[in-house]
Amino acid sequence: MGRLSWRLAEVAEVRNETPRVVSITLEVPGWDGHLAGQHVDVRLTAEDGYQAERAYSIASTPDGERVELTVERLEDGEVSPYLAGELRKGDQLELRGPVGGYFVWEPDRGGPLLLVAGGSGVVPLMAMLRRRAAAGSQVPARLLYSSRTLEDVIYREELDRLAGAADGLTVTHVLTRAQPPGWTGYARRIDAVMLEEVGWRPGERPLGYVCGPTRLVEVVAGHLVALGHDPARVRTERFGPTGVP
Amino acid sequence: MGGFVSRGFKRRRPDDAGQAKRLPPGQYAEPGFPVLTAGPTPRVDLADWRLKVEGLVARPREWTWEEVQALPGSGFEGDIHCVTRWSKLGTSFAGVSVDTLLEAVEPRPEASHVIAFCYGGYSTNLPLEDLRGGKAWVVWEHEGEPLPAEHGGPARLLVPHLYLWKSAKWVNGLRLLDHDAPGFWESLGYHNHGDPWREERYWGD
Repeated sequence: MGRLSWRLAEVAEVRNETPRVVSITLEVPGWDGHLAGQHVDVRLTAEDGYQAERAYSIASTPDGERVELTVERLEDGEVSPYLAGELRKGDQLELRGPVGGYFVWEPDRGGPLLLVAGGSGVVPLMAMLRRRAAAGSQVPARLLYSSRTLEDVIYREELDRLAGAADGLTVTHVLTRAQPPGWTGYARRIDAVMLEEVGWRPGERPLGYVCGPTRLVEVVAGHLVALGHDPARVRTERFGPTGVP
Repeated sequence: MGGFVSRGFKRRRPDDAGQAKRLPPGQYAEPGFPVLTAGPTPRVDLADWRLKVEGLVARPREWTWEEVQALPGSGFEGDIHCVTRWSKLGTSFAGVSVDTLLEAVEPRPEASHVIAFCYGGYSTNLPLEDLRGGKAWVVWEHEGEPLPAEHGGPARLLVPHLYLWKSAKWVNGLRLLDHDAPGFWESLGYHNHGDPWREERYWGD
């Protein structure tokens, strides 16, 4: 296996998704494709030679040399404030990848799919839904997606569109902090009752992908196992600050 | 790609030379203790918990929770490094040295590698040499408290000189082999050895 070498990508577009989240479309010469759910390492270099590296999930389905990342700005972060704040069209960015071979889904892995996201944890799951749509896959899929407020929902219009295609995808939003007038959806943190109402029954043997802040992932994965789902079919990816103070 | 500069990027973290010396290439210091796991956190009842050391050994052994606690204690104080780029500096763990376990089972001379296997199905491979000579522990305390389940409790392997995916959480045992065989992440693109100072992150690094 050859080394994953650093590549110099060019920023083709920066798009605001929410007040704190941007999507960055990159042109990556020689990009060989990726699996939905994989990530890349990004490296920034300051003029004095100082470097900072972080990993970001790929949001896009394979499309030639185009790779899209979606990045949430963390105010006390070092790399995300640059990517979601400073970076603009025409800039260059060093990256290497794709990386990760477990938290991935391709249509031939089947389903049904239970995708559970908290905040920007939706990004690798969106790559899976985009892959599913691009492949014309009819694998039944349910996304349960928790955001603080409606304006924090990433990919809202595209998710509406994908769910409207009537090809076996349902999208259920959860708004934990504030809800718009007339909201009839879930307005609390994801719990076992919600997972039973929205998710598949254990006997249907769904493939579960859970991504979000540590606490959400711990709680959701724990509920799924307690509800009788096979732990070997629940894949998790966690991010964000520490789970234990 | 020498000479490349990210337009407009500046260091945001304080320039701390002492800290920088302790950080392997590509790492940053993280005051917290992030959780990274591929699946749900297994819950293991202490009454059922076992630690096994088996394979190419003269006397395979299995310890209960009470038995392993009764072994001579040993701890680690220092730095740990996760392949996802964070390092936790100046932390501490307590448990038992892997040397103590190996003494009890007497590895056969042909034993060269180890697979650590875990509750929940995780596994990781290491050269036997990386587990001997005061370099590896099975730990159940972190900074004086019982190791939380999401960090590998009841007990995890601790091999702090390698990236943390080698420090298998929820460890159930060590199997000594006369050959190398990739574990979970080692089969999925991550480096077979995982030395942070040589930045052995992925296949081919």
